[in-house]
Amino acid sequence: MNPAIAFLLSMTFLISIGGLFLMVWGLANDQWGDGQEAAKTIFAEGEIGRAEDPATTGPRRRELQEEADGDIGKLDIDQSELADRRVYDSSSRQPVLWWLTSSVVWLLLGSLFGVIASFKLHLPDWLVGEAVLTFGRIRPAHLNVVAYGWASMAGVGVGLWLVPRLFKTELAGGRYATIGAVLWNLGMGGGTIAILAGFSSGLEWLEFPWQVDILLVLGGALAAVPLIMTILRRRVHHLYVSAWYLIGALVWFPMLFVTGNLHALFTGTEQGILNWWFAHNVLGLWMTPLGLAAAYYFIPKLTGTPIYSYTLSLIGFWALALFYSQVGVHHLIGGPVPTWLATLSIVTSVMMIIPVVAVAVNHHMTVLPRWRMVLISPTLRFVVAGAMMYTFASVQGSIEALRSVNTITHFTHYTVAHAHMGVYGFFSFILFGSMYFILPRLVRWEWPHAWAITLHFWLVFAGFGIYFWFLSFGGWLQGLAMLDATRPFMESVTLTLPYLTARSIGGTLMTLGHIVFASHFFVVLARMGPEREAAPRMMASRYVSEGGEA
Amino acid sequence: MTRVLGIIAGTALILLYATLLLVVMPTIQLRTGENPPEALEPYTESEARGREHYISLGCIYCHSQQPRDPSQAPDMARGWGRPSVPSDYSYDNPHLLGTMRTGPDLFNIGARQPSVDWQLTHLYQPRAVSPGSIMPAYPFLFRETDYLGDQIEVKLPAQFQGSERYVVPRQEALDLVDYLLALDHTYPAEELPQAPEENEEDEEDEEDETGETGETGETGETGETGETGETGETGETVETVETVETVETVETVETGEAGEAEAEPTAAAAAADIGERRPATAGDPSIASADAVVERETP
Repeated sequence: MNPAIAFLLSMTFLISIGGLFLMVWGLANDQWGDGQEAAKTIFAEGEIGRAEDPATTGPRRRELQEEADGDIGKLDIDQSELADRRVYDSSSRQPVLWWLTSSVVWLLLGSLFGVIASFKLHLPDWLVGEAVLTFGRIRPAHLNVVAYGWASMAGVGVGLWLVPRLFKTELAGGRYATIGAVLWNLGMGGGTIAILAGFSSGLEWLEFPWQVDILLVLGGALAAVPLIMTILRRRVHHLYVSAWYLIGALVWFPMLFVTGNLHALFTGTEQGILNWWFAHNVLGLWMTPLGLAAAYYFIPKLTGTPIYSYTLSLIGFWALALFYSQVGVHHLIGGPVPTWLATLSIVTSVMMIIPVVAVAVNHHMTVLPRWRMVLISPTLRFVVAGAMMYTFASVQGSIEALRSVNTITHFTHYTVAHAHMGVYGFFSFILFGSMYFILPRLVRWEWPHAWAITLHFWLVFAGFGIYFWFLSFGGWLQGLAMLDATRPFMESVTLTLPYLTARSIGGTLMTLGHIVFASHFFVVLARMGPEREAAPRMMASRYVSEGGEA
Repeated sequence: MTRVLGIIAGTALILLYATLLLVVMPTIQLRTGENPPEALEPYTESEARGREHYISLGCIYCHSQQPRDPSQAPDMARGWGRPSVPSDYSYDNPHLLGTMRTGPDLFNIGARQPSVDWQLTHLYQPRAVSPGSIMPAYPFLFRETDYLGDQIEVKLPAQFQGSERYVVPRQEALDLVDYLLALDHTYPAEELPQAPEENEEDEEDEEDETGETGETGETGETGETGETGETGETGETVETVETVETVETVETVETGEAGEAEAEPTAAAAAADIGERRPATAGDPSIASADAVVERETP
């Protein structure tokens, strides 16, 4: 027998036995039983039933409350808990602002690169005079800036803000995270310049030279310090779901990033395997846990309802850890890799349906009875849209990994559209929503223009809709054309042109949305714009007891 | 859950397990760098420099270097060559497998388009030789000069000529073309299932072909260089490396489709003019007819 298969079989056996023991231990120690109690830890006493969205206006806020369950009159919030929470929020203010503000700047730059790259695909003679502007440099610059500058920095910022709230204590060692943000930004700047100047390492998702990656590793490690210090000082017994995901992301990303950067030790095919194992895990074990941590916090918090099923979230978390970590090689189906390896990745890709359904049921069943709140609350609209696109992207990903489907979609724009569904549709939408919730809390200034939030949503939602559907369809046709040997290869190129043009239009709309969002963000940061009715009182306890939000 | 340490240990162990399975195991099994095929040469200095340009200009974002098995996709029929095996990449660090085919696979571009002239023109202005292409032009790899000397002139159709001056390649362009021409993996792959006798025959065939430069109508034979791997009588090798999953369907692709996809004789004949176009495993009609364009337009 092939040693690899023998190893696989014995590992499967050991893992199953280990899992069984773990389950018996869990049952014996009542690890499953704390159920709904643990799901309530993010609420103050008497807070359940209160809708909350700092991004809505006064009358809309009352409308929102009507859609939520609770009868405010009967509820008596524990004021000391709310006072504590305000202390937690102010403890994380400086580092969170650093990470979030940086991320918004990278978002603008990354969008610009993205749009340029998109136009270049159907205007191949545009901006070809300089090597710096060639497609092959703008595209990786786009990927790295949005993945590590925008998504990762925003994710860390949201995570840092969640930490003191989840562990119910002040953020300890916040200053380390601030220094971390500075280092990370330096790394981003250096890496982006390196790619544009032609010093890419050549591996997708790992283009930054390793010298630059050292800065990212240091910056990330510094951002993790407050998480660990705060965990050690925690004042909660039950760890809320979001905390698991944050701890998971904290453990996984350094392991991945360091291993990924050891690529020089590998050659040829093995390096390709390492490359795609890493690249997919950046999405699966870094962005996904950060995004889910935020969704698991904001969906219950905004709707004022504990999460639908605590036990399901437990299954969702561990199944995600087990399956997502092995899906990467589905990027090399049909390539020069051992079949057992590709098959393993296909199987785990399909198994991902388990955690995805667990999370989907949890998120959507929490929102469903109060679905009209989505129409009223801009924050919830972003988070719920993001959660829905998580479900969609994941199920699509499982199907796409099947050999028969992959044969068509591999090597085409379809994969690009799918990747955007994950990183943009899911992760970025949740980040937008999170920021709408967090920023007023940090700067004590409300979003001055409700219309700008609505405009932002519809620009990016419509833009991304155009982007995704056109590119997916075009990519699918491209794949079919490539598989038909009777059609010249050039046909698979020319037939995509209308779809690539549509993608540029969608991408432009998304970028416009980002400009609206960023402008609004900086207006709030500078505490400019019209003062809204609740602004001065927003953080005051009296306002909360009157039915405002906390 | 109430235990932070439990979560940390659990998540770390799971990822360790995945790393062992997905990274360490294949590395132990494949050992790519240790047994390079005899027919595969290490990169020369200029080829290695060209490879650096290939990386720095991001060619990988549109071009793969990994033909798939005929049972999965008609990559062979398109003239991209036999399915690649790990040992083909023995000298590749960083790997350039690629995941996009906005443009064609380049694993055998050196065999398919061995003409330096064609490659240079194509880099300077892809649409001059490949109408409909959306590959960016790379004018910054070239310069214009009044004095040609012993430099190579980039031949351009009239409509693409910007000025009266000569367009000549910079060193970067020459290196890059060197690398592209080195992308020739038409030798048989030992890892693929094959019948020993057929293997010998094919080697003879190859010798024959190299003698006949500039041949036009070799449509029937050209498919054969890639053929060695496919017959699949020996079942044993399948276990070690498995790009080949179903061996039965291969037959049809070799003779029938490969022949059809070959260049039309006229276009190929025209192409023979711009450089010695070796028949090799060539077979992308779009490229062949693009050659014809150059032939027609250049004085």
